[in-house]
Amino acid sequence: MVETLVTEPYSDPRQQHDAAMMGMYIFLGNEVMLFGGLFAVALYTRLVHTKEAVAASRALHYGIGGTNTAILLTSSLCIALAVEAGRQGERKLAIRWLIGAIVLGLGFLSLKGYEYLEEFQEGLMPFTGFDTAIKTPVQHLYMDLYLIATGLHALHMVIGVGLLAYLVIGLSKRWIVVPERAITLIVVGLYWHFVDAVWVFLYPVLYLAR
Amino acid sequence: MGTRTQIVVIWLVLLVLLASTVAGSLVFTGVVGLCVSLGIAFTKAGCIYWKYMHVGEQPGLLRVAAFAAGAWLSILLMFLVVDYFTRGLG
Repeated sequence: MVETLVTEPYSDPRQQHDAAMMGMYIFLGNEVMLFGGLFAVALYTRLVHTKEAVAASRALHYGIGGTNTAILLTSSLCIALAVEAGRQGERKLAIRWLIGAIVLGLGFLSLKGYEYLEEFQEGLMPFTGFDTAIKTPVQHLYMDLYLIATGLHALHMVIGVGLLAYLVIGLSKRWIVVPERAITLIVVGLYWHFVDAVWVFLYPVLYLAR
Repeated sequence: MGTRTQIVVIWLVLLVLLASTVAGSLVFTGVVGLCVSLGIAFTKAGCIYWKYMHVGEQPGLLRVAAFAAGAWLSILLMFLVVDYFTRGLG
């Protein structure tokens, strides 16, 4: 632990650091429960309607999903390296890694948008008033779940990219000084890694049901 | 091993596990396939939590805070699975 700037009501750096980490872990616990409900629906759909759920999953573009997983994992690498640079007081290096993560995050969102477009053109989106290739009520349910889960994840990604942009600006303008306030990078990094961990489950559950 | 090297090694492990997830889906189907894919996903999430999310560096209380929601969620999922497997009994 190298961050040293202590502010009220804390009296020592360790206490301040632990409070920030605990607050973020508990916040992310709320997010676990939010996404957990969707995973519960996915699990039950898979158990009760196995054949239809597998057929619906096979219609998805697992190659695009896999590529996006690799992109997201690489963005997490960039964030982890940015945090480490911040802890060591290497401001410019931290900015470079953060920009790398932003580019990868935007790449993920662009590819996701392209995938949605492809699925819309193939009639897989569960919208009314358009030509549809959805054959069964279970496939409709599955695509509802897919759209809600991946859409909610994409919303978290957009927020994450915004937070990373804030860090880049803050470090560039020196509102955020490192290593004294490296905790700011660490906490935003926790959020980004969590969004990555959610996708790590979404990918096999939605795209690779066989 | 330096911290940065560890971070890169974890990333490589995650990519290998991603490839394993895809390969596993081509080999295993049904409940076995689900267990394999979720097992790999938990391993990946464990790597991310432990190293990238700094859980490994934290004291016990913070580790509990980090994993508490997972414990609550596992209770929810356990009841769901018990409900599924016991329907039709009795």
